[in-house]
Amino acid sequence: MAKQYETVIGLEVHVELATKTKIFCGCSTAFGGAPNTHTCPVCTGMPGALPVLNKKVVELAVAVGLATNCKIHQYCKFDRKNYFYPDNPQNYQISQLYLPVCYEGGIEIDTPSGRKTIGIHEIHMEEDAGKLIHDEWEDCSLVDYNRSGVPLIEIVSEPDMRSAEEVIAYLDKLRLIIQYLGASDCKLQEGSMRADVNLSVREAGSSTLGTRTEMKNLNSFKAIARAIEGERARQIELLEEGKAVLQETRRWDDNKEYSYPMRSKEDAHDYRYFPDPDLVPVEISDEWLEEIRSRQPELRTEKLERYKKEFDIPDYDAEILTGSKRLADIFEETTALCRKPKKVSNWLMGETLRLLKEEAMEPEELHFSSEHLAKLILMTEEGVINQTVAKEVFEKVFREDIDPEAYVEEKGLKTVNDEGELRKTVEQVIRDNPQSVSDYKGGKAKALGFLVGQTMKAMKGKADPGMVNRLLKELLS
Amino acid sequence: MAGRISDEIIEYVGILAQLELSGDEKEQAKEDMEKLLNYIDKLGELDTEGIEPMSHVFPVKNVFRQDQVTNGDAREEILQNAPQKKDGAFKVPKTVE
Repeated sequence: MAKQYETVIGLEVHVELATKTKIFCGCSTAFGGAPNTHTCPVCTGMPGALPVLNKKVVELAVAVGLATNCKIHQYCKFDRKNYFYPDNPQNYQISQLYLPVCYEGGIEIDTPSGRKTIGIHEIHMEEDAGKLIHDEWEDCSLVDYNRSGVPLIEIVSEPDMRSAEEVIAYLDKLRLIIQYLGASDCKLQEGSMRADVNLSVREAGSSTLGTRTEMKNLNSFKAIARAIEGERARQIELLEEGKAVLQETRRWDDNKEYSYPMRSKEDAHDYRYFPDPDLVPVEISDEWLEEIRSRQPELRTEKLERYKKEFDIPDYDAEILTGSKRLADIFEETTALCRKPKKVSNWLMGETLRLLKEEAMEPEELHFSSEHLAKLILMTEEGVINQTVAKEVFEKVFREDIDPEAYVEEKGLKTVNDEGELRKTVEQVIRDNPQSVSDYKGGKAKALGFLVGQTMKAMKGKADPGMVNRLLKELLS
Repeated sequence: MAGRISDEIIEYVGILAQLELSGDEKEQAKEDMEKLLNYIDKLGELDTEGIEPMSHVFPVKNVFRQDQVTNGDAREEILQNAPQKKDGAFKVPKTVE
C-alpha cells in the first residue's frame, strides 16, 4: 500500500494597515502615486534621518491582536533586521523580533470535520519595502520608495493547518476580522494582504515535522490553493524517490503552476537583529489598552446575532450580509434611511449579488451610496416606479451611483397613476385585441396576462401592473 | 582569550557586511574584533542577575506621531541623493529575485 502523507501548513500573513501616513514618517500611504512622490529622508534611509512611530499603527496592531485572542506585550520595542537589497534603502528593515506586540492567540475556523482553532504565534509591526521595477531596455532596475515605510503587521500562525481548504478558511476569517476592525482593506490583488505559505509533509501518524519550504508570490485565494497542492505533490515525490526536501524559499508561478527556488536576498539567513536605537520602547498602559478594547467595533459573530434578533430577515440573508463588511455597512446605512430592512436585504441578496457575480466583482468593491439605494426603495414602495423600472434604475445605481430620483425624472420613468389616461390605453388595447378578449371571456384566464402585457408595452412599462389588472377586469366584466 | 576570530569568521562577516577586505585589512579586523570580545568578556564578570537588558540609555518611552500627512511631494530633492536616476526612480544595477 502506498504511504499516506499529511500536509502541515503555517502561514505568515502581511497586512498593510489603513493609516493615512507611513509608520515612521509623515509621508502619505496613498496607493498609486507616481514613483517616489511619497518619500522623504526617513523612508529613503538618508543618514541622520530619525524615525518617529505613528501612534495609530500601535492601536491598529493591538486591535487586531485583541480580536484574534492574542496576549499583548505591554512593553514592546523595535529591532533592526539587517539585509542588503535595493528595495530596502536603510539596509535594515525595522521590525519586531524580541518583543512582538501581540502573541499566543488564535482564531476558530469551520472545517468539514468540525470547528478547529488555528493558533497565532505572534503579530508584529514592521515597515514595508520599496518596489523594484526591472527595466526591459537597459540592464538595470528602477526603485520606487512610495511603499517603503508603509506600516505592516505580520501575523504568524502556528503550523496548525492540514489542507488548502483550512488555509483558505483561516485567511477568509482573518480578512473578515481585519476588515470589520477597519484595520486594512485586505486586498490580495493589490498586495494589501499577502500570504507566505510554510509547508512540509510527513507520513501520516508521525509526530515529527518534515523539512519545510516557504512559498511566496501568492496573490489570490485560488493561487494559494493551487500552490499548496503543487508543493505538497512536489515534496511527496521527492520523499518517494528517497530524496530530501531542501529548506528554501520558493516563488510560485501561477501561470505555469510551478514553483522555483528563489535566489535568496542574501546568501545567509543571518539577519543580525538588534534593538533599534533610534526608536524608544512602547509602553501600552492598562488605560490605553482598555481604551483600545472599548473602541473595538462589533465583529461578525455579534453582528450576525444582532441581525437575527433585530431584523425580520431570513438567517441565511443575515449570514451572507455579515459575511462582507461592505454589504453589512450598506445594509445598515440603507435600513437606517428607509426603515425597510426586508426590502434592503432583498435588493442586496438579489440584484446586487447577481450583478456582482456578472461583473466578477467582490462586495468590497461596491461603490454606490446607501442614500441612493434607500431612495430607490422608497420610490418603489410609494409606487412612484414599478418593480421592472426599479430594476433598470438599480443597474444604473450599481454601475454609476446615479441619483434615482433625478434619473427617473429625467427619463420620464414614473409610473402613470393617472387613472383616466390609463383607462384610455386599456380601452384601446381591448379594441385592438378582440381575439384575446373573447378568449378571456370564454374562460381562458391566461389571455388576461397577454392584455396586461400589451397595456404595459403601450405605456412603455410605466404603469402600475396592479392598476392595469384591475381596470382590465373591470372593463371586461 | 585569543584566536576566537578565525579566518572563516572574518570571511563570513565580510560577506554579511558586503565588504571586500584585503589580507592586511582582514588581519586588522581580526585584531579589533578580538579586542571587542575581550571587552564584552569583561562585562560578563559583572553580576547581572535580575537586571533587564537595556536597549536605550535614556529612560524615554512612547514617542509618537499623530497619523497626519505632513510631507508633500519632494521627489526632485529626494532624487538628488540618487547616484543614478531614471523616470523618477532610483536606478540601480539589475536585481533578480
